[in-house]
Parts: sequence; structure tokens; C-alpha cells
Amino acid sequence: MKVAIIGASSALAHETAKFFARDGADLFLVGRSADKLAVVADDLKVRGAHSAETFVLDVNELDRHEELLQQTVATLGGLDIILVAHGTLGDQRKSELSVAETLQELNTNAISVISLLTLSANYLEQQKRGCIAVISSVAGDRGRPSNYVYGTAKAAVTTFLQGLRGRLAKSGVVVVTIKPGSVATPMTAHMKQGLLFAQPKAVGEGIYEAIKKGKDVAYVPGYWRVVMLIIKSIPEGLFKRLPL
Amino acid sequence: MATVNKHPQSWGRYPIAKSSQVVPVYWRDELPNLAAFEQSILPYGYGRSYGDSCLNDGGVSVDVSHLRNFIAFDDETGVIRCEAGVSLADILEVAVPRGWFLPTSPGTKFVSVGGAIANDVHGKNHHSAGTFGCHVTQFELLRSNGEHLICSPEQNSELFRATIGGLGLTGMVIWAEFRLKKIVNPYIDMESIRFDSLDEFFELSAESDQKFDYSVSWVDLLIGGPGLCRGKFSRGNHNQDPALAQKPLKAKKLPLTVPIDFPSFVLNSYTVKAFNEAYYRVQIDKYVKKTESYEPFFYPLDAIHNWNRIYGKRGFFQYQFVVPFEHGREALNKSITHIQKAGEGSFLTVLKQFGDVKSPGMLSFPRPGITLALDFSNHGERTQKFLRELDQIVEDNGGVIYPAKDARMSAESFKKFYPQWQEFEQYIDPKFSSSFWRRVTQGTDSNIPLYI
Ligand SMILES: Cc1cc2nc3c(=O)[nH]c(=O)nc-3n(C[C@H](O)[C@H](O)[C@H](O)COP(=O)(O)OP(=O)(O)OC[C@H]3O[C@@H](n4cnc5c(N)ncnc54)[C@H](O)[C@@H]3O)c2cc1C
Ligand SMILES: NC(=O)c1ccc[n+]([C@@H]2O[C@H](COP(=O)([O-])OP(=O)(O)OC[C@H]3O[C@@H](n4cnc5c(N)ncnc54)[C@H](OP(=O)(O)O)[C@@H]3O)[C@@H](O)[C@H]2O)c1
Repeated sequence: MKVAIIGASSALAHETAKFFARDGADLFLVGRSADKLAVVADDLKVRGAHSAETFVLDVNELDRHEELLQQTVATLGGLDIILVAHGTLGDQRKSELSVAETLQELNTNAISVISLLTLSANYLEQQKRGCIAVISSVAGDRGRPSNYVYGTAKAAVTTFLQGLRGRLAKSGVVVVTIKPGSVATPMTAHMKQGLLFAQPKAVGEGIYEAIKKGKDVAYVPGYWRVVMLIIKSIPEGLFKRLPL
Repeated sequence: MATVNKHPQSWGRYPIAKSSQVVPVYWRDELPNLAAFEQSILPYGYGRSYGDSCLNDGGVSVDVSHLRNFIAFDDETGVIRCEAGVSLADILEVAVPRGWFLPTSPGTKFVSVGGAIANDVHGKNHHSAGTFGCHVTQFELLRSNGEHLICSPEQNSELFRATIGGLGLTGMVIWAEFRLKKIVNPYIDMESIRFDSLDEFFELSAESDQKFDYSVSWVDLLIGGPGLCRGKFSRGNHNQDPALAQKPLKAKKLPLTVPIDFPSFVLNSYTVKAFNEAYYRVQIDKYVKKTESYEPFFYPLDAIHNWNRIYGKRGFFQYQFVVPFEHGREALNKSITHIQKAGEGSFLTVLKQFGDVKSPGMLSFPRPGITLALDFSNHGERTQKFLRELDQIVEDNGGVIYPAKDARMSAESFKKFYPQWQEFEQYIDPKFSSSFWRRVTQGTDSNIPLYI
């Protein structure tokens, strides 16, 4: 199995990759920090990865995405699965005060993802098999005052994936939208963690299972499907007054 | 970056301490600047220590449990190198399928490598393999002055010795390297033998420790009478049949979880007696022999998550001591009688003989002799007084108490038990301290409210 992971130093990506490593997969790990990628690659090799190569890229360097895809395919000798995991939670308040900040968040969480998906979709469509999996978020299901810039980006990604799924279904390429709820990772370390917070290991396993089964949309942990069903059904008039 | 989330607690949930700050560490290349903290610092692993040795009331807790990457593993030699927050469970997951096993393991696999070093932990094979520290080849230590020191028996050897069993006080272990043990398959040939007196325990121990790598006994101390105790002696060796290497382990049952604190009346001497009776009777034959996978043999308690909650909000005391062989009988006689008289029920009582494999650790607890581990519900001053009396018995018989399981021994006792503490003190990082260390060296930090 040849797996490329973008944002491979993310806690959720790493936990997911541990399962692929146990299967003896060949891994291509992409991220912006060479040091962190090396740490993750060593770990995954000990855990059983057949190979783990790294590639340093800030995903906002869109003009290097083509090169990235070529390198991926050349190094792995093909491509079965691409998992896009990078993201930033950003500071909502800062975004409200700065257009540049808002655009930066949208670039990292939406535009870079859409660019990567456009290129890899074309490659896999021609190959007529493979899997695209992206970590979106429950935050994209409904806009909330506390994180709507992030939520907007995730909503864009989710919608993009819906369309792409339909298009690629004809070529036998699977598109998996992953919507984690709140997970205790570095991204959320500063937040007060309530009962609904999940552990990264369990979420990594959920993501791995979703990819293996080729699910269309996976809420992880599964109870978030219900939580979001309720959240989505609250009338806007009431919703806008909730402290969310 | 501080987090508001994890408030370091110890497994006994006594005492309650509050760190001024909890600082999680995620990456080896993004370590906190220890010099910048105003308060004292203590690394925190998985909080599987029982007392206050992993707590730093009013100080900084550096949460190392996220430093959880493997670095290298040599299939040929069994030498493994990993970050300090890697758990023994993680190591088993990686090593067992490739024919390697932990050199030694405590009774839970949910401890970190850093914690295993800092308490120089021991397991059922102490008599044949020594402590965890005996198998460590080197580690990297971060000191608060920013120095990164590689410590091994050859390099910075004094700090190596001080850090093994050094209670987290000598600096932060970033990664460690140690030797695993070769196995043929994940199964254990185990035997369980019921015994009905302390004498019988001694006979079984003498006979078993030559032939079996692992041995430990569960004991019931509340039976009274001349036998003093009864129990089950469990011993085992790694199975040697290559054919079993292919046999899949039984699918893991989901662990049970104790979701809430039990009310304090649940555990009392009657329920403990009833439990012990049932546990003793459940093995109908005097002698049972079977081949089972390693998990139930080594980690029966890990099948129930958060089992410490059965002791309720007030928490509980663990108490483990070792006395030299020559005082073994007398010390056990006296302590068991003392426990019986007080009517204090201990739920998970464990008896074992330590061997004479010497650890490099300067302040390590294990030494040749008999060790008894007990636990007692926290009934406030009543329990404290009872344990002080137990301390006296241990002291009179040349024994010592295990810091990893202590929340209450006096500074006076500690200094008698560990006369080398002053030699050790020179290796403590000037910015590091713990609730335990302040208590046992200065007699402070002990005014923490009791929950009654
Ligand atoms: C069910 C159960 C059974 C047990 N059985 C045994 C047994 O059979 N034998 C035995 O010896 N012990 C036993 N223990 C105790 C346990 O093994 C030790 O307390 C162990 O040290 C806990 O490790 P931890 O990762 O939870 O560390 P913590 O409890 O969080 O910390 C322990 C110490 O390690 C230090 N530390 C942690 N990480 C680092 C680091 N990276 N660098 C420097 N210092 C560090 C801390 O400062 C602290 O002093 C048992 C505990 C439980 C809960
Ligand atoms: N944690 C949650 O509660 C939660 C919930 C729902 C969805 N998610 C989503 O899950 C994914 C993984 O997040 P996580 O929780 O695992 O957090 P994380 O550990 O902080 O991971 C985020 C990753 O994104 C990388 N990244 C950010 N900007 C980048 C850039 N410009 N170029 C390259 N890489 C970049 C980071 O790299 P560096 O390490 O170099 O900074 C980091 O590896 C994200 O998409 C997140 O939105 C998380």
C-alpha cells in the first residue's frame, strides 16, 4: 500500500499513519518541518512501515504542488491513498480584526487543500483507482461565532469533496470526508476540554477504518453525527443567540 | 504553551496537589525553556505513581506523556530507543510480534519509559532480571541550564546512576535506550498454587525462584490463626514452542471502566474479606497449570480502567516495603499481626522475594529480601497512625519503603531508609523539586487537607 500524507506531523495524521505502518505500508510524509517529519518517519519505521520518506513543503506554496505530486508518485512508485490532514485552528478574534489573517486561514485550510485535491484527483482518475481522504471538521457543518473562519474553510472543503466524490465515483476512486469532533491534540491544548473530547489514538483508528472501508462521510467518533444532526436542526433564529 | 486541562494526579488520588502550570511537550525540537520558569519543575508521565512523588504542588508540571515516538529498534540485538513518554504498552505492541519482550515490567503497562527509569521499577522477574534500570544502556537528560547530556554507564555515569531511581529530580529524560528480552512467542507457561501459611509461601518461593523467571503471590492477610496468611503463588516462564508464535492472541476484550468514584463505604474490611474469600476459592484445585497469553499473566489489573476509583474520593494509600531475608519472617509476622489487629483490609496484597541483581540506581528501592505491597483506604488520621506503626516495624527490621508508592512517610524515616540521599542531592537539578522531595527532606508540603 502506497500512502501519501500531507500534514504528516499532525497528531491525527500520525495516529492514523501508525495503523498503516502496522500494515507495512510505504509512506510519503509531507509537512513544513523537516525535524518533525524525521521524528514521525523514524517512529513509523519502528512501528512497521516498509518505508517512510519525507518531503518538506509549506502547503501554501501552491506553485510547488505539481512538483509534490510528481515526487510522491516517483518515490512511492505509484499512489493508492492520499490523506490530507494539515490545518490551523487560527485565532478567530484576530481574523475578525484582520483581512490578511482571515485570508491566511482560508488559504491554509481551504485553498491549499483544494489545490492538492485538484491535482491528485486528476492523477487518480486516470489511474482509475485509489482513495482521497481529507480531514475536514464538524466545524464546517454550521457556522458558529467562536470559529466561523475556520468553519468556512472546512465547509468549503466538505462541499468540494461532495462534488468530487460524485465525479470520481465513475472512475472507481473513493473520496472520504472525515469530520472529527473535538480531539485532544496540540491544536486544542489551550482549550478547556469537556466530556466530548476524544483521544487522538481512538480518532486515528476511526480515520483508518473509514479509509479502509471507503466510507463517504465519517464522523469520528461516531456520536458526532448525532450531535451535529441536532446542532444543524436548531432554527437560525434561536441558534444565533446560543453561546457557541 | 500551558494547558488548562490535565491536573496531575497520582494513582492513589492522595494527596491532591495543584501545579501552578502544566506544560505539555510535544516535540523533541520544541522543548520548553526550563530556565524561564519561576517555580520549581517536575516531569510528569502517566501518573501511575501512587503518592506524591509525581506531584509538584505550586510548581510547574512538565507533561512528558506526549513525547511518544519510537526512534530506533534493532530486530537483531533487541536494543530499542524511544522518547520518554512512550508507554510500556506501546513497546509491547511493537516488540511482541517481532519476538521481543520487556526486560522487566511493573504490574501495569500504562507507565512511561521516563517513569520506569525515575522509579527504577521492578517486576515479577526481579529475582532473575533486576530492575528496569539494569537494562538501560543510555538516555538523554535535559537540565534546566539548557544542557543536553547523554548519560550511560560510561558517559556522565554519576548522573546516569542518580537519574535511575532519581524520582524525576535530576532533569528531564528526553529519550532512552534499553535492551529487550528475546521470546519465542507471546505465551507464558504459568502455574498457580494455593498456599495456606506464610511458611508455605517461603517454601514455594525458595523452590520457584531457581526455576521460574517470574514469580509473585497474591495474599489474604485477614484470615487470622497461626498460618498468618493464605494466598496464591503464581509463577511462570516464557513458552518456548515456535509453533505458538503463529497462534493469534485472543481478541482483546474491551477494558471495563470504573466510571465514577465509589461511595466510601463500598470498600471496608467486610467487603475486602468477601473479595479475598472469593478470589481464593475461585481456584478450586490447589495446583493449576496452563499456557496463557502474557496479558492476563502480567497485567490483570489493566483490564479495568480507573480501578483506583473504587476507593472513592478520599483516595487510598499504597504501602510497599522490603526487608532483608534474615528479618523476613519476623517482619512479616509482626506486620501481618499489626494489620489483623487494626482490622485494616488490604485488597491487593502482593508478596514477593527480590533477588540480588544490583541496579545502577543510586536511590533505588529494590534490594535482596522480601517485599510486601499493600493498599489501604484513606480513613484520615486513623490510617496515618496505623501506617506510622507499620513504618516502625519496617525500620526495626532493617527495611525500606518504596517512594513511588508513598504519600506520608516522615522525613526522619526517609533519611534513615535512604542514608545516601545527601550524596544523591548533589545531582538534583537546581530548578527541579517535587511534593515528595520537599516532604521527605524538609518535612514540608504535608499540611495538605485530608479528605474524610
Ligand atoms: C496498577 C499498578 C501496578 C504497579 N505495579 C508496580 C510494580 O509491580 N513495580 C513497580 O516498581 N512499580 C509499580 N507501580 C508503580 C509504577 O510503575 C511507577 O510509579 C511508575 O514510575 C509510573 O510511571 P508513570 O509514567 O506513570 O510516571 P509518573 O507517576 O507520572 O511519574 C513517576 C516519576 O517519574 C518521573 N518522570 C516521569 N517522566 C519523566 C521523564 N521524562 N524524565 C524524568 N523523570 C520523569 C516523575 O517526575 C516522577 O518522579 C504500579 C502502579 C500501578 C498503578
Ligand atoms: N483537534 C481537533 O479537535 C480537530 C477537530 C476537527 C478537525 N481537526 C482537523 O484535523 C487536522 C489535524 O489536526 P490536529 O488536531 O492533528 O492538529 P495538529 O497536531 O496541530 O496538526 C496540524 C498540522 O498541520 C500542519 N500545518 C499547518 N499549517 C501548515 C502549512 N502551512 N504547511 C504545512 N503544514 C501545515 C502542522 O504542521 P507543523 O507541525 O509544522 O505546525 C501540523 O502538522 C486538521 O485539518 C484539523 O483542522 C482537528
